[in-house]
Formats: sequence, structure tokens, C-alpha cells
Amino acid sequence: MAKLILNRFLLGLLTLFAVSVLIFVCTEILPGDVASAVLGMGATPEALVIFRKELGLDVPAYLRYWNWLVGALHGDLGVALTNKRVIIDEIMPRLGNTLFLAGYAALVAIPLAVGLGILAAINEGKLTDKLANISTLIAISLPEFFIAYLLIIFMAVNVDWFPSLSTVYKGMPFSERVYQTTLPAITLTLLVAAHMLRMTRSSVLAVMSTPYIEMAFLKGARRKRVIVRHALPNAAAPIITVIALNMAYLVVGVVVIEAVFVYPGLGQLMVDAVSKRDVPVIQACGLVFATVFVTLNTLADILVIVVNPRLRHKR
Amino acid sequence: MKLFGHKLTVSAAFGMAVIALFVIVSLFTPWLAPFPESANVGGTWDEPSMTMWFGGDQIGRDMLTRMMYGARMTIGVALAITSLSFLIGILSGFVSAVVGSWVDIFFSRLVDVMLSIPGLIFALIILGVFGSSIPVLILTIAVLDSTRVFRLARALGINLTVMEYVEAARLRGEGLWWVITREILPNAWAPLVSEFGLRFCFNFLFIAGLSFLGLGIQPPYADLGGMVRENAAAINFGMMAPIYPATAIALLTVSVNLVVDWMLSIDARPSGAQAEL
Amino acid sequence: MEEQVILHIKGLCLGSVAGNVIVDNVDLRLNKGEVLGLIGESGAGKSTIGLASMCYARAGVHIAGGEVVLDGVNIRSLDAEGRRDMRGKRIAYIAQSAAAAFNPAHSLMDQVCEAPLLHGLMTRSEAQAWARELFAALDLPDPENFGSRYPHQVSGGQLQRAMAAMAMSCRPDVLVLDEPTTALDVTTQIEVLILLKSLIRQYNTAALYITHDLAVVAQVADRIKVLRHGKEVEEGETNQILHHASKDYTARLVAVRGAAASERAIAATVKETTVLSIDDCHAYYGDFHVVRGVSLDVKLGETVAVVGESGSGKSTLARVITGLLAPRSGNIVFQGQALPKSLGERSKELKRRIQLVYQIPDVAINPRQSLLEIIGRPVQFYFGAGRAEMLARAKELMALVELPVEYLERRPGQLSGGQKQRVCIARALAAKPDLIILDEPTSALDPLVAEEILTLLRKLQRELGLSYVLITHDLDVVHRIAHRTAVMLQGQFVAFDKTDNIFDRPEHPYTQKLITAVPEMRVDWLDEVLEKRRLAAA
Repeated sequence: MAKLILNRFLLGLLTLFAVSVLIFVCTEILPGDVASAVLGMGATPEALVIFRKELGLDVPAYLRYWNWLVGALHGDLGVALTNKRVIIDEIMPRLGNTLFLAGYAALVAIPLAVGLGILAAINEGKLTDKLANISTLIAISLPEFFIAYLLIIFMAVNVDWFPSLSTVYKGMPFSERVYQTTLPAITLTLLVAAHMLRMTRSSVLAVMSTPYIEMAFLKGARRKRVIVRHALPNAAAPIITVIALNMAYLVVGVVVIEAVFVYPGLGQLMVDAVSKRDVPVIQACGLVFATVFVTLNTLADILVIVVNPRLRHKR
Repeated sequence: MKLFGHKLTVSAAFGMAVIALFVIVSLFTPWLAPFPESANVGGTWDEPSMTMWFGGDQIGRDMLTRMMYGARMTIGVALAITSLSFLIGILSGFVSAVVGSWVDIFFSRLVDVMLSIPGLIFALIILGVFGSSIPVLILTIAVLDSTRVFRLARALGINLTVMEYVEAARLRGEGLWWVITREILPNAWAPLVSEFGLRFCFNFLFIAGLSFLGLGIQPPYADLGGMVRENAAAINFGMMAPIYPATAIALLTVSVNLVVDWMLSIDARPSGAQAEL
Repeated sequence: MEEQVILHIKGLCLGSVAGNVIVDNVDLRLNKGEVLGLIGESGAGKSTIGLASMCYARAGVHIAGGEVVLDGVNIRSLDAEGRRDMRGKRIAYIAQSAAAAFNPAHSLMDQVCEAPLLHGLMTRSEAQAWARELFAALDLPDPENFGSRYPHQVSGGQLQRAMAAMAMSCRPDVLVLDEPTTALDVTTQIEVLILLKSLIRQYNTAALYITHDLAVVAQVADRIKVLRHGKEVEEGETNQILHHASKDYTARLVAVRGAAASERAIAATVKETTVLSIDDCHAYYGDFHVVRGVSLDVKLGETVAVVGESGSGKSTLARVITGLLAPRSGNIVFQGQALPKSLGERSKELKRRIQLVYQIPDVAINPRQSLLEIIGRPVQFYFGAGRAEMLARAKELMALVELPVEYLERRPGQLSGGQKQRVCIARALAAKPDLIILDEPTSALDPLVAEEILTLLRKLQRELGLSYVLITHDLDVVHRIAHRTAVMLQGQFVAFDKTDNIFDRPEHPYTQKLITAVPEMRVDWLDEVLEKRRLAAA
């Protein structure tokens, strides 16, 4: 089993490497080049040359990639094109904010969704299940901004429970921070919990249809015992996978939610950079997001290995 | 009531009705819309009235007209994306499943790496570099989405390739094209159709989300997500302007999901949880 | 035997949720310590009755009516808690597949002790001690520590015995055995059968033995009840059912097995020319040496059977002949010419002349194609036939396999298992082959249906001069249809001779073991085998 874990870890590292290559390739392959795209049609040839030199574009691609990667590993992600700020200094606090918001939502969503998903599966066909089915179906169909605006209208504008813009800054007291981010966190939670609930439900249903569950019932075990002792240990692996998959939804949701609530997170930074075509910032943000994502997936896969009974007790 | 020989539920009927409405509106917008696409007929964020059913948008155009044109655009783009994504995904998925060996390994690894970057992030990167023109949007999102379709098609293909009737066809010496189109595809229809519905919803929401961020369909084209963005400020005054296009998006997506859910439940067998004790 | 009735089922009716009738008004009486065999083909409802005797119905099935009286108490009238209480404690279930019935996440000891613990019958140490006793009685290796293993760590046969221990853990009054040996090899089956019989006798447990194999149930059951389409056909003492069946259906079921005693392959079909010749073939799956130096020849109009148990390599041999797996060494000569080793190298003509018929007809034909398309495609593909010619030939083929011509428009989903297999044979015939490889052609079919397919195959060989290579584990089929037989063990032939010689004068010890392990249709066969073993050991 240790060997499998090590393999998976190495695979994770390899994936990160491949992802960095992919990001770099995508941003550096242009019809024309970065210089003319950014400086525009009216740029003089001399300006283009100077610009290229500034960006280090006169160096061959693989060398540029290598420089970029080494720099990134040292925490140097370069300088923004638009405002000349040091990228890493821009990213770090914002990454913290985004992770806080995502973590807040995950903390609420995961137990809620997994618990309700298991409940729905156990009561398949009954009212609880039908209700869960229809409500989650509607929830996953709604765009994030729709949910966000509805919440703003009902909780911030009509009644003054929460602020409609979430301003957080460094050094803010924890409770204040939690208060400011509650509305966006609720929005994220609703979104992700719905997906997770549906997937958890189908995973548990799949386990409930196995012959050994039937055998447990035939031995005279009570429903509760069958679910807790027989079904859940085998549903653990698929549920972990479900949670990992939904961390992806979380990342996607975070970006839009940050826009709605004008929350100073990494998503906002990236969206700004995209609209301004600030390539170094785009590369950096993309790399950071991807790293978080790959790390989460690798962790989840390793957990799945650890939980597998066939691997814990070898032949 | 029965449709195609299967019992229709209330929710599925509702869903189909809404989808039909959207399709008709999108196809015949120029004839059905009360006003021309960009005509200024009222004041900013006018209240709904008899002439303007949903009131005015941020510069006084008829909200309903804009929504109809916006729906036409957004649905059209989403449909184009999904179709292209399916074309790419199914071909590569089935070929990988049937041929196997290095073709399969190549595509699977490529898809694995692509799926290691969250979709929105990847899309943002590409759009940031290439700009947000409609062809770029369609191509980028389609390629990204095809990874999911690839996974499904490949899984279906592998399940079907081990069927003896596929082996019988290969033993005969049938070519790859025959095996894919005559042996595998006819048996993979049902899950693929429901997946089409689900992917359409996802892409529809995705493009609306991108437009909402200002990175999707650019003005002057009307599109539902962009309309939410343009009218967003009205929220602060307690006005419902951005809610209308957002509701339109939600309504279509819910309807497609209801219909797909119904399709999936037709074939579903009751699980062990329903055994009689 | 006491005359006390331990289980009495009255007027049991089971239906599907969709409204179909699965079991129609069945009565059943089981005395203490008695074994009742429930016999029937697939769809007879025997498994469903077995589960219903525990007041359990699978999802999609519903107990519509009737009483289930266990030791005087109608358990159907009890509340949910009451029903739950008697499961595992008074009446226990042994499933068909042990691998599926055990939870992969828990140790065997935990699962075997679970029932007595949750019913409050024993303390943990008592339950574990009893479990070890059962493991020893069931002849499991290292009974003291066997329980600490996990399901994936033990073999199929051991798991089946562990399941028997699990069922006996509460010392129930009734055991429901649902096809307990069907999934096992013939040589493993006999061992498990012996152990089950001794276990039942030792603890004087009543048992419902559900199976489709009359010969097997005859060894264990005191009485037999025959079921068909959810209704009872006949019931009686085992000897009476076997030798003096009153209903026609029962007589046919008995005769199917009995036919093995008289029918033999028709010698006249065999001609002199050699159609296929394999010389010292070795095949590998990766590093695994599956076929180890097999030499075989098949003459025109002959049926050569390759018999073996699972893992013997016989299916792999079939794949080698068809070209799906290229052998690493060895020569194959077909119709006097060297046969290219892999499928890709063979010409269309060569591919045409060797055809394959599969075991499970449901997955062997495309459910989305009409019969005309399925049967007609080889005609089109190999002979370049046009539409009209294809239709004409398809009609001929349907007549050959004795299917109505109107069925050409139908899809496989509308046919029965036996009809589907006929379609598979028709598809093979459409290519006008010289050699047909039959991979377990009757194993997935009910005995009566299998009977018809065998008759068809014999007829076709006689009329068309076909040669067959028959891969199977079913010795009865071999005895009736094969001219020569090869016995395969771990990739090698331990015997290859005329069928009669193999069966009447088995030389190799494995061949002897195999032949003697096949149950015969008489009540005292198992006891005889035990007696012979006892004498041999003494």
C-alpha cells in the first residue's frame, strides 16, 4: 500500500509539471505574439523589440518556460504587465481570502450534503428522497449569480442582515471576517452542496444494491446496523471521490461569487487580468489555481487508497 | 399520458413545455419580438407595463425584446458548443475504446492533464490570451467540455467492446468505422442523449457565467449572462432588473434537467434500498 | 424422521412491481430435519420462493399473498421487528455466490459471528469458539486462524464453505440453500456437496435445496418439488420423482440427464481428411503460460471436445484457433495450409471458414439489430451478396436452425435464450464454414433447451458435414456428441482419445477424478463415492 501511495504522489507531481507546461504553452502560442497583441496595432517596431526584451521573449520558448518554472518554485512569479506590481505580492493575500471563503463553504457544505445524501439514499423512493431530488435538481440548474443576487435582495437589501459587498482586509478580526463572508459562503454552499448531495446519494444507492447488503438483512440485522456497519465503510471511497470532484465546482463557483460580491480574492484578480490581457498574471493565477486543485485531487486519491480494505489487508 | 411509450410525469411535461417555448422563441425571434433588437423605447429600469412586460433595461431598451434576442444567442452558442464537444468527445472516446493501445493511452493522459485544471480557469487562460470572440469561445469551451464526453464515451465504448457481438464483428474482419457506427453507437444512444442534455445545461450556464464576468459574449450582441451584468447595479436600488434574465437562464436549465432526469428514471431499476423486509 | 412440520407455506403469491405474476399459489411443507429439493428451470420462481420463506422480497418483487408458517407462527403476520428477529436465527440463507455475499470491508470471523451476536444468542467468545468448530467441520485450512482473513484473501470454494458456517452460526431450524454449488467446478462441487450433506445431517437441520440440477439434488434431498413458471408441477419422494414421475414435464427433466447414458456421437459423419491440426502450441497472456504444448487434430465431419475446469486454458485455446490470441510457438494447419497466427494476418476467406459460437447468446448478438441484419451480414460481407440474395439466404438459414421465417424482422430482445442461440448458430452457418468452434454453447441454457440445441448441432453436422471443436466443462454433453475428447488440465492435455475410451477406461488420475465427480441420476451415488474413498484411504 505504501508503494501505491508513493506512486500516486509522484503522479500528482508529474501532473503538476504537465499542467504547468500546458498553461505555459497555451499562453505563449499566439497568432502574432504577445507584444503586438498587448501594444496594439499602432506599435512601432522598436517599441515591439524593447517590449519583447522586457518580457524576455527574445529567448527560446523552452528556456523561457524553464525560467518561469524555476522562478515560480522560488516564489517569484514575475511582474504584472499592466501595473508593474510584483505578482506574488498580489497573489498571496488574495489566495488567502479565496481559500478562506472556499474553506468556509466547504466546512458547511460537506457535512450537510453527505449527511443528507446518505439520508436520501436510505429512504429511496420515499418523500424525503423525492424532496431532496427535486430541490437539488433545481439548485444545480440555477446560475451562481442568480442565487447570489436572490440572497442579496432578500438578506441584504430588503433586510439589513448582511452586507451586499464583502470587504475584507488584512488584520480584520476573525469574527468580522466571518460576518462579511457569510453571504458569499452561503451562496457557494448551496451550489456545491446540491451537487455533492446528488452524487453521494447515487454512490450510497450503488452500495445498497450489492449482494452483501442483502446478506446482512437476511442475517437479521437492523436497518441502522446494515447502513452503518456494512454500507458506509464501502461507500467511503466513492464519497471521498465525490467530495474531491466538488472541490472543482467550488473553484469555479468562487470566481463568479467573488465578482458578484466584489470580494478581494484570487478569482477577481484573474478575471481582471483576463479582461486586461495581462499574460504574466494570467499564467501565475492559473498555475496557483491548478496547484491547489491537483493537490486536493492527489490527497483524495491517496485517501481512497488508504480506505480500501483490499489494500489494507494484502493476500 | 404516455410519450414514446413511457409514462410522463408532471415535472417532465412542464420541462418539455418550457423547452418548446424557448425553442420557438429562439427560432422566430425577429418575428415574435415586440421591438427591434437595440431600440430605445423607454427609460432606464422602467417598471413593467403593458407595453414593456418586463420593464426597461439599463439604457431604456425593452427587457423582453433583449431577453428574447439574448436567449437566441446564448442558446445558439451553447448548442454549438455542445454539438462540437460531442463530436470530438464521441469520436475520440470510441476510437480509444475500440483501438486501445497507444491511441487510448495518448488520449486518456491528455484528457487527465486537461481535467487537472479547473474548467473555468483553463477557459479564462485561453480567453485572456486569444480574446473573447464568438468562434474562440465556442472552440475553447467545446474542447474543454469534450474531455467529459470523452470519458463517458470511452467508458461506454469499453463496456460495449467486450460484448461478444463486437468481438464477432471483429472476427469477421469488419473495419473500425463499421464497428463504431453499427455495433457500438446504436447501443450507446440512451446514455449519450441524456448526457447531451446535461452538458447543454452546463455549457449554457458556463457561457452565461462567462458573459456575466464580462469575458463571454461581447456587446453589442445581446446575451442573457451579459444582460445580468449590465443590469446588476439595479439591485442596489431594490429593483428586479437583473433578476429577469437570470430567471430566464434558470428556467431553461431547470427544464432541461427535469426532462433528462425523467429520461434517466425510465431505465432505472429500483435499488436494493427498496427491498421488502 | 419426525413428522413435525417446521415450515409450512400456504398459497404463496409473488408478483413484480410492474404487475407480472412470478409465483402463483404455491404450497410447501418441510418437516424437521428433512431436505426438500426445489427444482425448476430459470424463471420458475424457486429463488424467489426461497427468499420469500424468510419473508424477504428483492426490490421490484412484492409478496402478494399467502402464509409462511415457521414452527407454528405465521411470520407474515408479524410486524417488521418480529420478521427481522427470525432471520438468521431460525431460518438462514446460503447464497449462490459466496464472493458477493461477503462484505469486503470486514474479516470473515466478524461476519460469521455477526448473526449470533446481534440476536443475543451467544457472547463474543462463545460465538468465536463455535465458528472455529464449524470451520473445522467444514474442512477449512487452519480453522483456528481462518477467521482473521478477509474475503478477497481466500479461494472460491473456501468462501462457499465459510458462507455455510455463517448460515449455521445460530443453529437455525431451516437452511435455505440457493444454488450453492452451481458456480463451482465439478471437482469442487462434489467436495462442497459432501460437506453440506454431513452438516445438515449432523445438526438435524431442515433444508430447502434450490437448484436446476436434478442429479445434484438427488444426492441430498429426501423429497423433491418440481416448479415451472411459478407454479408447482409435481412433488414426491426423490426416488419416485427420478424413476416414476407422473407429469410429462418432470419426466423430460429426468430424461435429459438420463439421455447421457444411451446417446453417442454418430460415427458415420467422420471422414478421413484432416481439417485442423495443431502441433505443440504454446500461448501466453503476458508472462502467464496458459497453453503449454497442446497438439490436436480434427477430421472432416468430426466433433472434438476439449474438456476442462475453469483455469484449464480451454477458452484460451479457442481464442488461439480463431486468431484472437497469437500463440508464441507451435504450428496450426488448416485444410492443409499453414494458418497465420494472428487474426490480422488471415485473409477474409480464411476468416470465413472458421466460425465461433459463444456461450451467452444475450451478449453474442447485437440487441439493436434485426435478425435479418445479424444473419444476413456475413452473407453480404463474405460473398458480396445483394439485398435480394441476402434475404433468400437468410430464409434458408432460418429453416436450417428451425426458426420461423417471420422472426427475421424481430430483434433479439423478443426471443428466448434457446432461440437466440439458434440465431448465433445461423450466423455461423451463414459464412458456409468448414469448422465451427463452440465455446460452451449450452452452459447458459436451461437443460431442456440445451437438449434441443444439441440435437440441432448433431443434425447440422450430419447434413452439412461440419467439423466442430467443442469447448465445455459439461461431461454429459461431451459424452453424447463428441467423437474424440481431450481432457485439459493447467494448459496441457492429459488425455486425447476416442470419447468412449475416455469415459470407460480413464487412465490419467485427473480424468478419473473428473469422470467420477459428475453426479449421476440416482439417489445413492454420493454415498457410493464416499464409500469408495473410505476404502481407498483405508
